[in-house]
Amino acid sequence: MFGFSSLVVRMSSSSIVEAPPKGGFSFDLCKRNEMLSGKGVKHPNYRKTGTTIVGLIFQDGVILGADTRATSGPIVCDKNCEKIHFMAPNIYCCGAGTAADTESVTDMVSSQLQLHRYHTGRESRVITALTLLKKHLFNYQGHISAALVLGGVDCTGPHLHTIYPHGSTDTLPFATMGSGSLAAMAVFESKYKEGLNKEEGIKLVTEAICSGIFNDLGSGSNVDVCVITKGEKEYMRNHLKPNPRTYVSARAYTFPKKIEVLSTKITPLKELAQVVEAGDAMEE
Amino acid sequence: MSRFSPYDNNGGSCVAIAGADYCVIASDTRMSTGYNILTRDHSKIYKLADKCILASSGFQADMKALQKLLAARHLIYQHQHNKQMSCPAMGQLLSNTLYYKRFFPYYTFNVLGGLDNEGKGCVYTYDAVGSYERVGYSAQGSGSVLIMPFLDNQLKSPSPLLLPAQDAVTPLSQSEAIDLVKTCFASATERDIHTGDNLEIVVLNAGGVHREFMPLRRD
Amino acid sequence: MQRGRSDVEELAEDESGEELLLSSDRSRQAHITSSSSAEASLRLAFAKFQSTVSAHSPMESNQAKPSLLASESDSQRTLSPYVTGTSVVALKYKDGILMAADMGGSYGSTLRYKSMSRMTPVGKHSLLGASGEISDFQEICKYLDELILHDSMWDDGNSLGPKEVHNYLTRVMYNRRNKFDPFWNSLVLGGVKKGEKYLGMVSMIGLSFVDDHVATGFGNHLARPILRDEWREDLSFEDGVKLLEKCMRVLLYRDRSAVNKLQIAKITEEGVTISQPYSLKTFWGFTAFNNPTAGAEGS
Repeated sequence: MFGFSSLVVRMSSSSIVEAPPKGGFSFDLCKRNEMLSGKGVKHPNYRKTGTTIVGLIFQDGVILGADTRATSGPIVCDKNCEKIHFMAPNIYCCGAGTAADTESVTDMVSSQLQLHRYHTGRESRVITALTLLKKHLFNYQGHISAALVLGGVDCTGPHLHTIYPHGSTDTLPFATMGSGSLAAMAVFESKYKEGLNKEEGIKLVTEAICSGIFNDLGSGSNVDVCVITKGEKEYMRNHLKPNPRTYVSARAYTFPKKIEVLSTKITPLKELAQVVEAGDAMEE
Repeated sequence: MSRFSPYDNNGGSCVAIAGADYCVIASDTRMSTGYNILTRDHSKIYKLADKCILASSGFQADMKALQKLLAARHLIYQHQHNKQMSCPAMGQLLSNTLYYKRFFPYYTFNVLGGLDNEGKGCVYTYDAVGSYERVGYSAQGSGSVLIMPFLDNQLKSPSPLLLPAQDAVTPLSQSEAIDLVKTCFASATERDIHTGDNLEIVVLNAGGVHREFMPLRRD
Repeated sequence: MQRGRSDVEELAEDESGEELLLSSDRSRQAHITSSSSAEASLRLAFAKFQSTVSAHSPMESNQAKPSLLASESDSQRTLSPYVTGTSVVALKYKDGILMAADMGGSYGSTLRYKSMSRMTPVGKHSLLGASGEISDFQEICKYLDELILHDSMWDDGNSLGPKEVHNYLTRVMYNRRNKFDPFWNSLVLGGVKKGEKYLGMVSMIGLSFVDDHVATGFGNHLARPILRDEWREDLSFEDGVKLLEKCMRVLLYRDRSAVNKLQIAKITEEGVTISQPYSLKTFWGFTAFNNPTAGAEGS
């Protein structure tokens, strides 16, 4: 909407002065891009976290889990990224989809929650985070490709939700998202029970993430786990590292071939010219 | 509604390095489709003749058809000439076979490694429709964009434009070449999602064919 | 280079030239009705037999024919499947192969048929399971019946093993994809011959491989992660069935076209046994399912 109004400003005033952005997205080049892609121009690839993210409710709270691979097409662009995002001290959120979207949407809602806490002086509730996220995502009709697993413990107890890019949400005892969601769900569907203790919960989450890591090519590297209980949280970054490099050569490979110098010509500097300024210095 | 597509890409990388008296051909054993692993143990290396080994990646069904076709042609050749086909001859046959399907191509990316008539290592590298070249080393498949620059840096071969023509074989010893292959596959597996599980290395020299395996990352 | 047209379908197509007139929508079923007299069918069978022998030859004709370029509207090929079956899951166990498939036949998203048997023995040593278009599967079964019949007519004490049948199926599927007229199936072939266990898969486009456990369709996403975790070489019959049931239960929960009526088939050196249809125990009693939004109204 803001972008649209700035477009109107440009068109009516015929000058090419950019209207100051008032926040939100800029849609200035959407029409152009649409035209270009209609003519067959390829858009650039975004960094996707083709991901396995999971969450489950155990006897004392919520456990979230994520793998740490970020891909761009078939290439791994980050082998150890973080997909469990901070929302509030008692709420965390796993993100799958376009990395920029998951990061910005969680950051934004996280700051809104912080402001809300300043205003009310109370702990944030998971339902608040959920509503903010789904309203934002629904507004953009799926163009913000963030698929989220939101988990937290508040005054009403533990909560676990999934949020789809179009803004639909679900409330579940166990949830998976991302390209490895089916591999992880296979583990949950065959092993999840109510009233797991913390150790069993962490073990099951780790197992589900590992299932994604080893069976889904979009997921890989390490396992991150976050345990949220009443008034407490434990963020276990790289809880498990099941994928060490399998071969390290005894030879040290070097890259010795420098760029060849074909010819050299040195132009000496001109003599430094001194410029003496005449008159008094201007007053500040 | 699902539409029929006659092609798939089953991923995987292949590397071949030619030395003075050996040739190393290597490939991973993962077979995947999209984000799915179909099997972790599928060889992409096929022995066509005593001194001629084909490694291919791309669409597995086309790979299989191509291998069967070449094997049959080689059998006929043996009946007609009472000898095994040489690697350069097989190189030309492969090119012709690929080009014959120019308008419904075999979606395969091949490297052919072997020993030539003098017992020197030789490597032929192809595109899907039969353009080919004899080189000192090559990489094909999903991880080739990662492997090739590394090989170029380590094994820069003389320009094919130089006259008189220079030998393209690499200066490495056989064990150095195997180490290089292992390193570049371990590295490609770190960054290419379609490469992994196991590495199959076939070494061809005057003593015959030797095969070894090395585990790769399975994620 | 000139190559002979040398596979089953091509000959079958030539033999039943009238099929185009007979068929309205889906040409494949026309094969069944096209040759009426016994003599004609024998001739057809023999021609097919000759061609099946040469179908093993890798010199199949892959040349795209000009007719491929005809517009889709007047095409008689399968452009999308009609009645389909969902996943098949199979694994090797101590004495042979176990295979499971449910009995649903989906017409798009409608569950149209509920007693579709999708597993069948092939000869003495093999077991075939199929997902995808049911009519194509039944056509493939006819091909296999003929293949096995003519193999046994040699009466030389030899019989086709699972490896041969798998190879045959791979060539049939690949040849059909080359004609842009695929059999819309993923096939699973298991078998035991001379103490050798064999388990392989073929897809619609001729992609094939062997493994210790395989699954088609949704099973690839949901069952194989479980199989990769829990499968062992020396699985007993009871444990194998338990593992298959675990996979089928997960598929039942998460694959919308799966139904709770399945068969498990077993093949060992002794032969094929296909179980009576039965259903699995399921659990829907999580307290979180009773009032999911407790404490978070509106979510």
